[in-house]
Amino acid sequence: MLYRESGQYKTTYGADQAIFTIPQDRVFFALLMLVAFVGIPLVATNYVYTALLIPFLCLSLAALGLNILTGYCGQLSLGTGAFMGVGAVAAWNLATRVPDLNLVVIFILAGLVTAAVGMFFGLPSLRIKGFYLAVATLAAQFFLPWLFVKWGWLTNHAASGVITVPPLTLLGWSIDTPMEKYLFALGVVAILALGAKNMIRSNPGRQWMAIRDMDIAAEIIGIRPVVAKLTAFAVSSFYIGVAGALYLFVYLGSAEPDGFGINLSFQALFMIIIGGLGSILGSFLGAFFILLLPIFLTRVPPMLGFDLSTALVSHLEFMVFGALIVFFLIVEPHGLARLWQITKEKLRVWPFPY
Amino acid sequence: MSVADKKIGDVLLKVENISLSFGGVKALSDISFEIREHEVLAIIGPNGAGKSSMLNCINGFYHPQQGTITYRGEKRKQMKPHEAASHGIARTFQNIALFKGMSTLDNIMTGRLLKMKAGLIASAFYKGPAEREQIVHREFCERIIDFLEIQAIRKVPVGRLPYGLQKRVELARALAAEPTLLLLDEPMAGMNLEEKQDMCRFILDVNDEFGTTICLIEHDMGVVMDISDRVVVLDYGRKIGDGVPAEVKNNQAVIDAYLGVQH
Repeated sequence: MLYRESGQYKTTYGADQAIFTIPQDRVFFALLMLVAFVGIPLVATNYVYTALLIPFLCLSLAALGLNILTGYCGQLSLGTGAFMGVGAVAAWNLATRVPDLNLVVIFILAGLVTAAVGMFFGLPSLRIKGFYLAVATLAAQFFLPWLFVKWGWLTNHAASGVITVPPLTLLGWSIDTPMEKYLFALGVVAILALGAKNMIRSNPGRQWMAIRDMDIAAEIIGIRPVVAKLTAFAVSSFYIGVAGALYLFVYLGSAEPDGFGINLSFQALFMIIIGGLGSILGSFLGAFFILLLPIFLTRVPPMLGFDLSTALVSHLEFMVFGALIVFFLIVEPHGLARLWQITKEKLRVWPFPY
Repeated sequence: MSVADKKIGDVLLKVENISLSFGGVKALSDISFEIREHEVLAIIGPNGAGKSSMLNCINGFYHPQQGTITYRGEKRKQMKPHEAASHGIARTFQNIALFKGMSTLDNIMTGRLLKMKAGLIASAFYKGPAEREQIVHREFCERIIDFLEIQAIRKVPVGRLPYGLQKRVELARALAAEPTLLLLDEPMAGMNLEEKQDMCRFILDVNDEFGTTICLIEHDMGVVMDISDRVVVLDYGRKIGDGVPAEVKNNQAVIDAYLGVQH
């Protein structure tokens, strides 16, 4: 009854093309943002920030980047981890080698470097599709972490190979407590997510989706596949690069460059599959699910009074996790975002069945 | 409206001695014909005659081994499909080739991409020029939606639409580019009588109101004879007839191709 569109008229095309066309959605989103920016900092503990919220923001940004490429443009990629690594290493080099460089500039430049690398490794997509392309991006996943280790200059010849982030400041605001790091990450993610939504609902997004749905027809109505695919690789890699820089700067703090391995790539891929391919909301839901589930699984049995050994818990976690993924794929192959959409459609007529 | 009082202009597209083969299979051999401005030209012929291949050559999807195509006075041996699109050649497909995951409106707006300029950065910011551009082109697309009477389905993902409506959306997407030459590959295949009548009306209206030149492939002879100004007949990759419908109907080679001939 509360969530319905009847009686709401749009009188301009501008109003019809807004991100949230229904006032209820606008209110809900505004409340969500209020909770994220004000509510959470009032109540959250350091543990929640460092174990849950900060990695959630970093990885959902990476998932969003991958979703642009895979969900919207239909190009399967297994190089997310490596591209995050490129972003992280580029940002670290900029921060340590160029003193007094603005943090925002560092992130943008790190994103641009990753975009260039991503476009280079996206070149095979002009000739090959689907699983074959996934294997070609796998080459990036193996080559780049190897390069980070072999090319000593990238890590400033650190003997241990570990890169440690210098203290972060943004226009005099020094970002060191978990809460400040969370707010910074949240700001970056919110701005980039808005940018992604805008691209998706206008020309670039339509080009990408046209290539995804029917590349031959897209070419015949005048879309150049080369341009569409490479811009998708560039934008996706930009997002993933910024996510990698965030991951290193506000979450890890210090890392070995070869830590950006294939596990991270798979994690991002699972996030978008479970969250929903071709959905910005889905990237966030998927990241939340993938990150929260292991924490949930380790914490809930003790709460219920089951005293399980740590070894058993970690094995159990893998089993339940695997089973849940299979369950989700069978029940809702279009992901959590689709479930949310169905809920909204049901809500429109609630409490009546139709 | 009769054919007589319609103004048919100069030659818009001229096909000369086109030959196309795939390995040893000759799809088209030595085909020549012309399409004049503002006419409705039908290409007919039995299955496998090379009709779709001919359209594919015109819009640059296939590259013929021999022959030239002169379009608006410009002679060319081959071009890429997106170049053909930017020169004002649009088409629909025999098997519907819509973007299934997108809504009707988005499909039509995609057809209009060639006219839109906003790039990545402007689109990412959205407010300002990109938004104004979206609204201006939305208005044009809404005119096409009105014209083809598909207002009710503008927000529906095209994958969920019935076949007849999908065909109509595909026509809308082709029209969004404001083409000079519209190639329709079996626009009425698989439709019932009412849907065919609607589609004929739309094709004639497009031809009449927008002045679009139309080249269509169709198997329904009733439709072909009724709506086309001229008919080109292909059989086994060769041209066996060319002329106004009445002429073609009485052409012995055409009758033989359709009804068979005693050997």
